[in-house]
Amino acid sequence: MGLRRFGRLVKWVGGNGRRPFSTSSSSSCDEMMVQQIASGKSLNLYSAINQALHIALETDPRAYVFGEDVSFGGVFRCTTGLADRFGKQRVFNTPLCEQGIVGFGIGLAAMGNRAVAEIQFADYIFPAFDQIVNEAAKFRYRSGNQFNCGGLTIRSPYGAVGHGGHYHSQSPEAFFCHAPGIKVVIPRSPRQAKGLLLSCIRDPNPVVFFEPKWLYRLSVEEVPEHDYMLPLSEAEEFILENWNCGTQIIREGNDITLVGWGAQLSIMEHACKDAEKEGISCELIDLQTLLPWDKDTVEASVRKTGRLLISHEAPVTGGFGAEISASIVERCFLRLEAPVARVCGLDTPFPLVFEPFYMPNKNKILDAIKSTVNY
Amino acid sequence: MHQWMRKSGTIVNHFKSLLLVTNNLSSWRSYSFVKRSQFAASFAHNLPVADRDFINSSTHFCPRRFESVKSEKIANNVDDNQALELPEGKVKFTPKLRFISETADERECCYRVLDENGNRISSSNYVEVSKEVAIKMYTDMVTLQTMDTIFYEAQRQGRISFYVTAAGEEAINIASAAALKIDDIVFPQYREAGVLLWRGFTIQEFANQCFSNKADYGKGRQMPIHYGSNKHNYVTVASTVATQLPQAVGAAYSLKMEKQDACAIAYVGDGGTSEGDFHAALNFAAVTEAPVIFFCRNNGWAISTPTSDQFRSDGVVVKGRAYGVRSIRVDGNDALAVYSAVHAARDMAIREQRPILIEALTYRVGHHSTSDDSTKYRPVKEIEWWKMEQDPVTRFRNWMENNSWWSDKAESEARNSARKQILHAIQEAEKVDKPPVADIFTDVYDSPPSHLCEQEKLLREAIKRHPQDYPSDVPL
Repeated sequence: MGLRRFGRLVKWVGGNGRRPFSTSSSSSCDEMMVQQIASGKSLNLYSAINQALHIALETDPRAYVFGEDVSFGGVFRCTTGLADRFGKQRVFNTPLCEQGIVGFGIGLAAMGNRAVAEIQFADYIFPAFDQIVNEAAKFRYRSGNQFNCGGLTIRSPYGAVGHGGHYHSQSPEAFFCHAPGIKVVIPRSPRQAKGLLLSCIRDPNPVVFFEPKWLYRLSVEEVPEHDYMLPLSEAEEFILENWNCGTQIIREGNDITLVGWGAQLSIMEHACKDAEKEGISCELIDLQTLLPWDKDTVEASVRKTGRLLISHEAPVTGGFGAEISASIVERCFLRLEAPVARVCGLDTPFPLVFEPFYMPNKNKILDAIKSTVNY
Repeated sequence: MHQWMRKSGTIVNHFKSLLLVTNNLSSWRSYSFVKRSQFAASFAHNLPVADRDFINSSTHFCPRRFESVKSEKIANNVDDNQALELPEGKVKFTPKLRFISETADERECCYRVLDENGNRISSSNYVEVSKEVAIKMYTDMVTLQTMDTIFYEAQRQGRISFYVTAAGEEAINIASAAALKIDDIVFPQYREAGVLLWRGFTIQEFANQCFSNKADYGKGRQMPIHYGSNKHNYVTVASTVATQLPQAVGAAYSLKMEKQDACAIAYVGDGGTSEGDFHAALNFAAVTEAPVIFFCRNNGWAISTPTSDQFRSDGVVVKGRAYGVRSIRVDGNDALAVYSAVHAARDMAIREQRPILIEALTYRVGHHSTSDDSTKYRPVKEIEWWKMEQDPVTRFRNWMENNSWWSDKAESEARNSARKQILHAIQEAEKVDKPPVADIFTDVYDSPPSHLCEQEKLLREAIKRHPQDYPSDVPL
């Protein structure tokens, strides 16, 4: 597994710590998106996903995009313009039935098509759990490779959003990481989202692709216009940036390794920056693919730093952080200088008004960095 | 009259149950085996007048035609102008406070072509079956029966771990398969081995799967009877129930987009219709206008659960209309009726690009599986009645003999040949090695990721240290 380093230009449209969110197509945002597409440089996350879907449909006449409310562009606008461009037979609404969407997608993929199914919120993916875990994940194995549904990609917005409460906030990735046969991928930003989504759609295995919905409009960065793919199952070492002066300070960390994915990366990034002010050098890794995950990159980093912190929004118990922690303890026990730290969601349902308490925020991470380094 | 009752009391009772939802929510068990004429007579005596009329009428053998009944033709007296224009059509207003009944006035009829003795019902409309096809159909039914008997015994002797028979459902298996074309994609449940047999899967291939040897296409990973064959367009069986139905819709949508002259067919049992996937599939199929046939084998029992504990609707057939899916109920023990229904369904599915639902009424004569003893929950007499009086293979044979297409000699030849082939296949399958340990790790993904390679290495080391812990017949 190669350790790959990308510099990047990211700016937060939302400004300070509170990330605003909207599912409506407010005019200012849409205008901005139009400009972004015209310029071909800066894109927000949903536009990058939209671009990837355009490319997927354009480059493969046997690619299909479907799900609830997909036809008019989707509640998060990710499928905007696709039905007009590619026709209602390739981009279409489905009935409101997640098990139907995924089951249909498996059958479509089994016939050699690329089926890109959208589940409107990850919170609503559970009616499709059986189709994903018992069907999609085992389709190739149980047939001895006579049949496969590798053309299936299930996209779904996940995670906190500021006001989502129980059923518009969950991060269910760990459930799916327990199902051999599928891949689980979560991008952190527009450029990753585009490249990873195209890889997922073209990967010969069924993939669950969770999109951090809080970042749909907030995360904006330069996204190459061309058709490109980023490798799956390769973590990316994250290069810190100096937000104040807009200049990149490329520096690897030496004191502690931080591992995360999706929207949590930006929170961790801020914590790293604050830690840096206190003289702690952090290395930040975006796992990107949770199943099968890039153990080697994390191991190499922890061998260097001797410390590991994992952070995710999902409840801490049975979260994917536990898996990473156990694996790294197995591999790096003698090199570890402190217990592996986990800064995650609480073991409660996702509570609306208590969201700021529930979340693994910057200072919780910063405190854990300090106590781990000073252990 | 008495004479007629003597002959047909049982089936009358059968249909009586199908017709009387409101008066008597009789379970499958109660309609299925009143055998003697006095039973039937006393039963008829106790019926409400309308039901006695039904028994006395000659219209109970209602041949179901293929045309659907269009719901929009329901008449009422309200001014046409007083209506709601909705995307799916106009809805008229009524001043009457009236609920739609939970049952129709009469239960849906069951289409049949052959009576219990294998005589063709003179008014029946059906699709002709050539002598050649009929002989293959019958021979395959015999082979399926023989295979079930011998494999079942093999399980009892401990030679295979599990088995499921199709006993009582041979006509459904073979006749539905015969009415399809090889390009049609089959999404089976698990009691449709006969469909695969019809398509040319060899006895040896069946045996290899059941004996989990290295020639099993599934590489020994699934229990016996989980057959699958890419070259026969027969998607590998999974133990999960009804999950294959929405998948069949997706496959059918692909056939539609590729403008193929083919449909998908998904089989399911009566129990499976209670799963969410059944409802998801019918709805998706209707909305996407997918050329798919849903074939429900309503055999009365989902393991030990009778249909009366499964649903309160008029069986399965009526569920089609709720989803806008054309449907038919057919006598599943009448091979000609099954053949005709599937043939017509396939034609409509492809020509009109629409889903079709078929409910075949039948009976699971065998146990649910080798892990089940069905006499614990249903009377032996009931099983015996279906086995002896309603056997679909005998009925089809009688029809064949009526046509002078079959003889006692042909019968004994077919049975001997099937028996010989199957015994030979079992012996051969037992000789073949089990699949190697490497097959544990392949096919999880298209290629094994590093963590699986690591786990394989660890496993091999464990085997080396403790070979006694592992089966010696699995090659390393």
